[in-house]
Amino acid sequence: MIRRTHPALSVWAWVVYAFLYLPIIVLVVFSFNDSRFGATWTGFTTRWYPALFARSDVREALAHTLEIALVSTLVSTVLGTLVGLGLWRYTLRLRTALTGLLVLPIVIPDVVMGVSLLMFYSFVRSGLERLGWTFDNGFWTVLLAHVTFQISYVSLTVRSRLAGYGPELEEAARDLGATGLRSFTHVVLPLALPGVLAGALLAFTLSLDDFVVTYFTSGSGFSTLPVLIYTNVKRGVTPDINALSALLVLVTVVAIVASNALLRPRRQA
Amino acid sequence: MLTVRRFLATLGPGTLWLGVFLIVPALVMLGYSFLTRTDLAQVGGPWTVENWERVFGYDALFQEWTADNLRVLWRSVWVAGLSTALCVLMGYPLAFYIARQGARRKNLLLILLIIPFWTNFLIRVYAWILILRPFDLVPSLTATLLGMVYAFVPFFVLPVYSSVEKIDWRLLEAAQDLGAPPLRAFMTAVFPQTLPGLIAGVLLTFIPALGTFVVSDILGGAKTALVGNLIQNQFGQAGDWPYGSALSFLLMGAVLLGLWAYARTAGHKGLEELV
Repeated sequence: MIRRTHPALSVWAWVVYAFLYLPIIVLVVFSFNDSRFGATWTGFTTRWYPALFARSDVREALAHTLEIALVSTLVSTVLGTLVGLGLWRYTLRLRTALTGLLVLPIVIPDVVMGVSLLMFYSFVRSGLERLGWTFDNGFWTVLLAHVTFQISYVSLTVRSRLAGYGPELEEAARDLGATGLRSFTHVVLPLALPGVLAGALLAFTLSLDDFVVTYFTSGSGFSTLPVLIYTNVKRGVTPDINALSALLVLVTVVAIVASNALLRPRRQA
Repeated sequence: MLTVRRFLATLGPGTLWLGVFLIVPALVMLGYSFLTRTDLAQVGGPWTVENWERVFGYDALFQEWTADNLRVLWRSVWVAGLSTALCVLMGYPLAFYIARQGARRKNLLLILLIIPFWTNFLIRVYAWILILRPFDLVPSLTATLLGMVYAFVPFFVLPVYSSVEKIDWRLLEAAQDLGAPPLRAFMTAVFPQTLPGLIAGVLLTFIPALGTFVVSDILGGAKTALVGNLIQNQFGQAGDWPYGSALSFLLMGAVLLGLWAYARTAGHKGLEELV
């Protein structure tokens, strides 16, 4: 139902939207600025885009970002789905405690999670060195960290998807002669699937987007795109970073519009 | 019914993972906060409470209590509070505007809200340098505040919107029929219905704002350091892990205490609704 809105409310809404989009538009515009130091407009150019792909550190960071996101999403989707199913399927005395544990990675400030993992890795590393082993690989430290916060999001998404269904479904399948495994693959899993996919998508995006936890856990010599952008921004504004940012904005817009078009219920059946 | 075998097959692996990579690191951090910095990013004995004294303002060098640290902690709280208040001011009416549009327009407005929500946080903060630099506002506290409001306002609007969507407007009509003036009708019939979303939105804004170091690092500079910057510095240049651990533990404790208090008043479902 459409209701009348007060004109002042409409004006306010447009002000907020302008506020939300002003920086993004400025960023895209400046990525076409010919000036090397980027403060003033000196002319239109597209040269920063090819310049960006010529940088080997950018290509490397892009590869790391995608590798970490893919592998961590796979691991956390499996683990998180199992937790979500377990929370749904079994009545637990420790339910509140377990939910609290799952909510923790979502609510504690990411800087705390980052630094505690940094110290944990250093602690483990010194222990392993005594045994003569080395553990100094940014890929693994970042991967393990990302899975840790992803598990929560996946399991809570899966559980909330199943929340409306009771255990009778699985019992009915069993009564009709399905084995435990078959009732799981043919009844429970198809019901949970939208939740599993939504959880996986969320986990993937969170991994791509994460800066803080990656920053503290990557160590030297390993960076993802957000970490690369941060270290560049700290050195000053450069036009190729504007171009990189503009490209990432474009990717976000395309991904959101595409997923909206795919997931939107059709008007006609 | 949960047998050991079933636990191992479903809840076990994930719980174990969180135990190893979340709880153990938190315990390591707690332990380190009572140790001593022996070298850059090196930790050793003896056990001490000095880091915790420093958190609350004791200066070991001059052996006196100063307000410097408390000032940083207080600044973190009010900057987070003020940016949350500004998010409420901007976002609360917006949620109503979106909810009152027709289906097509509503969908479009929501997409326009989700795009900045999913655009990389760092990029969105960085973009403000480009805008504010000509006005000589970077670095400044104003820039930090602007950056925070900008970064967090989508996180605030979305939960409020989902509450506004569920409003039973008949209550408003009833209040009006009974002769309530507009403001009173809104406050008694509409506002309470938006409370779950409002609280979730405030928490989703205030907690990240309290812990952030990215915004103040990029837009604020050294004079406007927040607790997040203080922590970052201990794990970067200063290399003082024990002191950084104490600060981080304080930050985490404050957040968890606040959420615990909220969960107690809102019932056990409060936390689950938040996520």
